[in-house]
Amino acid sequence: MDLLAILRIAIRALTRNKMRSLLTMLGIIIGVGAVIATVGVGQGAQQQVQDQIAAMGTNVIFVSSGSVNSAGLRLGSGATKTLVYDDMAAILREVPTISMAAPSSGASAQIVYENQNWNTRITGTEPQYFQIRTWDFARGSSFTQDDVTRSANVVVLGATVQQNLFGNTDPTGQTVRIGNLPFQVVGVLAAKGQSGIGQDQDDAIYVPITTLQKKITGQDWLQNIIASATSQPASYAAQDQITGLLRDRHRIRPGQDDDFSVRNLADVAQLADQSSKVMTLLLASIAGVSLIVGGIGIMNIMLVSVTERTREIGIRIAIGATESDVLRQFLSESVVLSLAGGIIGILFGVASSITITKVLGWHILISALAVMAAVVFSMAVGVFFGFYPARKAARLDPIEALRFE
Amino acid sequence: MATLAQVEMNAGMIHGANMVVDGPVIHAEDVHKYYDLGETKVHALRGVDLTIQPGEFVAIMGSSGSGKSTFMNMLGCLDKPSNGRYLLEGTDVAQLEKKQLAAIRNRKLGFVFQGFNLLSRTTALENVELPTLYAHMDKAARFARAKEVLKMVGLGERLEHFPSQLSGGQQQRVAIARALVNRPSILLADEPTGNLDSRTSVEIMQIFQELNDGGLTIVLVTHETDIAQYAKRIVVFRDGKILRDQPVLERPRASEELKTMPSADEEQD
Repeated sequence: MDLLAILRIAIRALTRNKMRSLLTMLGIIIGVGAVIATVGVGQGAQQQVQDQIAAMGTNVIFVSSGSVNSAGLRLGSGATKTLVYDDMAAILREVPTISMAAPSSGASAQIVYENQNWNTRITGTEPQYFQIRTWDFARGSSFTQDDVTRSANVVVLGATVQQNLFGNTDPTGQTVRIGNLPFQVVGVLAAKGQSGIGQDQDDAIYVPITTLQKKITGQDWLQNIIASATSQPASYAAQDQITGLLRDRHRIRPGQDDDFSVRNLADVAQLADQSSKVMTLLLASIAGVSLIVGGIGIMNIMLVSVTERTREIGIRIAIGATESDVLRQFLSESVVLSLAGGIIGILFGVASSITITKVLGWHILISALAVMAAVVFSMAVGVFFGFYPARKAARLDPIEALRFE
Repeated sequence: MATLAQVEMNAGMIHGANMVVDGPVIHAEDVHKYYDLGETKVHALRGVDLTIQPGEFVAIMGSSGSGKSTFMNMLGCLDKPSNGRYLLEGTDVAQLEKKQLAAIRNRKLGFVFQGFNLLSRTTALENVELPTLYAHMDKAARFARAKEVLKMVGLGERLEHFPSQLSGGQQQRVAIARALVNRPSILLADEPTGNLDSRTSVEIMQIFQELNDGGLTIVLVTHETDIAQYAKRIVVFRDGKILRDQPVLERPRASEELKTMPSADEEQD
């Protein structure tokens, strides 16, 4: 019997009881739909993290003071006070694989404009910071090195801060108050959105490092140094060289821990990628459980079907059906059930993904690979869970079967 | 012991209707059959010897428990003897594998049952086609052969009807057509008239007689003597053995009998 005839016969048998077939498929539909949606979410998150990291600039090295917890990109709050401006100058001078470096220290601050105020993160740095982070300006420009030398009261706003204080008006040239000091707005940064770990990168303001240290925090040490290596392969060498240089400068003896940490963005990217892969796998596995439940449902219904059609099977065997004929007949029914459920599940999964994207704003990535895997898996479920009932049918004793009421 | 080639040759009679075979069609030699019913062992057949030649029309009779149904199951290759030999057209059935038995049931044997045993959710045509599906005939050939054989039993215009839309007699005709579709050498009928009224029963016997006249070997199980008379030979079973084996003297012709019977619309039941 050719494939088309087998399919036609199987579909006919299944459409005899449409409600039952549909309910049986439900398990598979939900299972496959859930897997497609969760894998989509996972892969979308992966992609987003990659994009974010790429947007941060390649070849970027973070040097943070104190020990840092390993939560991805979040920089340590600086438990030690040994990282200083001269360290940065030394790095620029003595590490050939580093092309640019900028200091960075931060605090929480209240920024006020007329009757609007906003609580945000203030970071003190130098103009090259924005270059290293490949961050463009939407309005105005960065403060200058001259501003740094003079500890000028100038500020660059992030897009969120600008939106909350100024709405749609241009803030450049306007005066705001930070802590009780007046600051002139010199520029607004282009929006960057959420970082890979859900932080709003646009909810920040930037002032010259000298201004921050002298007039706001009163601290003369640095929390971080951000630097850019000459190339990605060079960034690994840079990492080692910076570590050596700083251990030397901070007079750390062999065997003692660093009082700073040097992180290569490429490593962070890999870590984030791996962890989101694991998360995707975990989500998919959980969703996969419902696929198994769906398969058990198919097996259950096929067993019922075989019992109901015992007489029919007896007749078929009596008129010449072989064991493999009967096996093929029932197996094709379970495969059609699971395959149809799988295809509907894919559509259902894609539809939910689109809904999630619209409602929650998450990025979802549906890959062709995921779809193909879903199709293959649903067929496999049909074969695996349909096998036992089909075999039971094939091994019926025709004499007993014909006597069955 | 039959080689596979011999079995294939014997079973491959698709186009030669009722090919002349040397020797008996059915040869049962000292056949015994035991059943396990929990703790007791039932000795259903206790040494049955029976030979049936091609073209014969045999009626098997006996009360329930006499072993006739067990014997029929064995003739139909649905079961194997526990002891003794059963040769179907010279081939020892006990030596065959399940697949070979299925092929024999498909092409050498035709079954007709008391309860018709048609598939209720398929049309008459499709019911008749079923054995040809298992014989791997192509679509056009299946359709043509099924139509041909339905015509033979007088159901040319009922192809698309479902069994529930047919009378008992019509359903049995469909069942007979199904049994004939692969040109078997033997037709096995188990109480074929058991669910039919008297007139319809005789109509069915007319079909059987005509088929037998054409050379088809028929073995029929019945408990009604009236029906058994239409056969040419009556074999009576009792307690697992053959009690009597006699030819029918004064065999009636069903076609003649029908003329004297009241027609269906005249009967008030």
